Amino acid sequence: MKFSARSLFANALSGHENWPEQFPNKEPKKEYDVVIVGAGGHGLGAAYYLASKYGITNVAVVEKGWLGGGNTGRNTTIIRSNYLFDESARIYDHALDLWDGLSQELNYNVMYSKRGVLMLAHNVHDVQSFKRHVHANRLNGVDNVWLSPEECQKIVPFLDISQNRRYPVMGGAFQQRGGVARHDSVAWGYARGASKLGVDIIQNCKVIGIRRGADGAVEGVETEKGFIGAKKIGVSTAGNSSVLMEMAGLRFPLESYPLQALVSEPVKPIVPCVIMSNAVHAYISQSDKGELVIGAGTDQYTSYSQRGALHIVEHTIMSICEIFPIFRRMRMLRNWGGIVDVTPDRSPILGKTPVQGLYVNCGWGTGGFKATPGAADMLAYTIAHDAPHKINAPYNLDRFVGGRLIDEAAAAAVAH
Amino acid sequence: MMLIHCPYCDEKRPEIEFAYAGEAHIVRPNAAEQQAMDDVEWSKFMFIRDNKRGEHCERWWHANGCNMYFNAVRNTVTDKFIKSYKIGQKRPSAAQIQKWKDQANG
Repeated sequence: MKFSARSLFANALSGHENWPEQFPNKEPKKEYDVVIVGAGGHGLGAAYYLASKYGITNVAVVEKGWLGGGNTGRNTTIIRSNYLFDESARIYDHALDLWDGLSQELNYNVMYSKRGVLMLAHNVHDVQSFKRHVHANRLNGVDNVWLSPEECQKIVPFLDISQNRRYPVMGGAFQQRGGVARHDSVAWGYARGASKLGVDIIQNCKVIGIRRGADGAVEGVETEKGFIGAKKIGVSTAGNSSVLMEMAGLRFPLESYPLQALVSEPVKPIVPCVIMSNAVHAYISQSDKGELVIGAGTDQYTSYSQRGALHIVEHTIMSICEIFPIFRRMRMLRNWGGIVDVTPDRSPILGKTPVQGLYVNCGWGTGGFKATPGAADMLAYTIAHDAPHKINAPYNLDRFVGGRLIDEAAAAAVAH
Repeated sequence: MMLIHCPYCDEKRPEIEFAYAGEAHIVRPNAAEQQAMDDVEWSKFMFIRDNKRGEHCERWWHANGCNMYFNAVRNTVTDKFIKSYKIGQKRPSAAQIQKWKDQANG
């Protein structure tokens, strides 16, 4: 089934009751060429690219819960690529290039909206560091421009640019290609695309072990639905990556923290782009439904509870109200938490592991959604070639021994 | 908000008085030991952390209270504190943690 104007019209006539199933829920076969653990955007995307770009279709994606129910369904859907370092620019911009044609490629509307990402500068340090980012980005061919307060206000009409405030707006860095996408659609679109190409998606099937042979190479995964054989296993499990790695006897430089977000009641369109403020520590955008989508930093302690403390959310809202007093009387509808796996340098680990046949895509921390297509493609490439692509080669595990860190910690501490 | 027991104040106080300070019982090697360590061992000390689902030994700092550091066992799935104990006490064994849990459940 292909989505088209005609199919939409025909199904409207029958009250939208006859749409066929988008992706079947399969039972596992005995053996696959590749098993991907984790059916979020990253995992499903990797399965899709394995089948579509690298010609490996005998693939299963196993998921402990439901598809897209982890961090793919728990983020604030922000997309941007204005990172400081060369390695980051390459991988995030690769993702942005793939976001561009994704809806057409998948024949599924992921609602990628290039409404822009505006990062506000409130002090001299912000101005200097954002300008440095802008220059670094332009050298890397990443679009990012410096805007004066008046130019910021042209984009965000309700922005108060008077200079006698506690946090005056002294300018901003603006990436036009940044924006948002519909997070569920990304998971569903990749799932539909992958299962069309022969990938089995197996939900409610928790992985409880990784079986390794006498030579140390992987032989498959032990799951709640029995053993599934595979010579290659790709792990794409975000907050639970340490747990999965431990099953293969590996200890990773990861810590899992809750990251919270919240949405308000829906209102008329007011926030035209994603607005971030590192100094005041919060960011805001508006969904197509009209809800204000608000987020900030992680909770302070490691946890797997998928919820966080209320005082963290309170702090986030105080920050939003400090920059945008106009939102003081908005009511918040819901808040939630996801578990993010954070590396010491706040950059991901994406590539091979010391175990033969085991590949990993983890450590995206607070900013994995924006990288979904790029990370998925790179994981698929690495699995297919048993070697990393030059884009993800720097994101190896060895950098924590050799010292060649990609230290985005300072550059991306808040805004993700 | 969690209530955290500070073993020095011997009081349960709200979480906002405390700061999380990472995994407990990681001993910093002295100068001579550092000289003898290779990159892999240094990387383990520096970057590799437990990050367990379940009981986790961790440091807390009573920053807005008595200003003391202490250790605690907390379940990272439920966020429930099992026991906090003073700096200098050894890492509790699994049996000890089970005993504390039984005591807490009465």
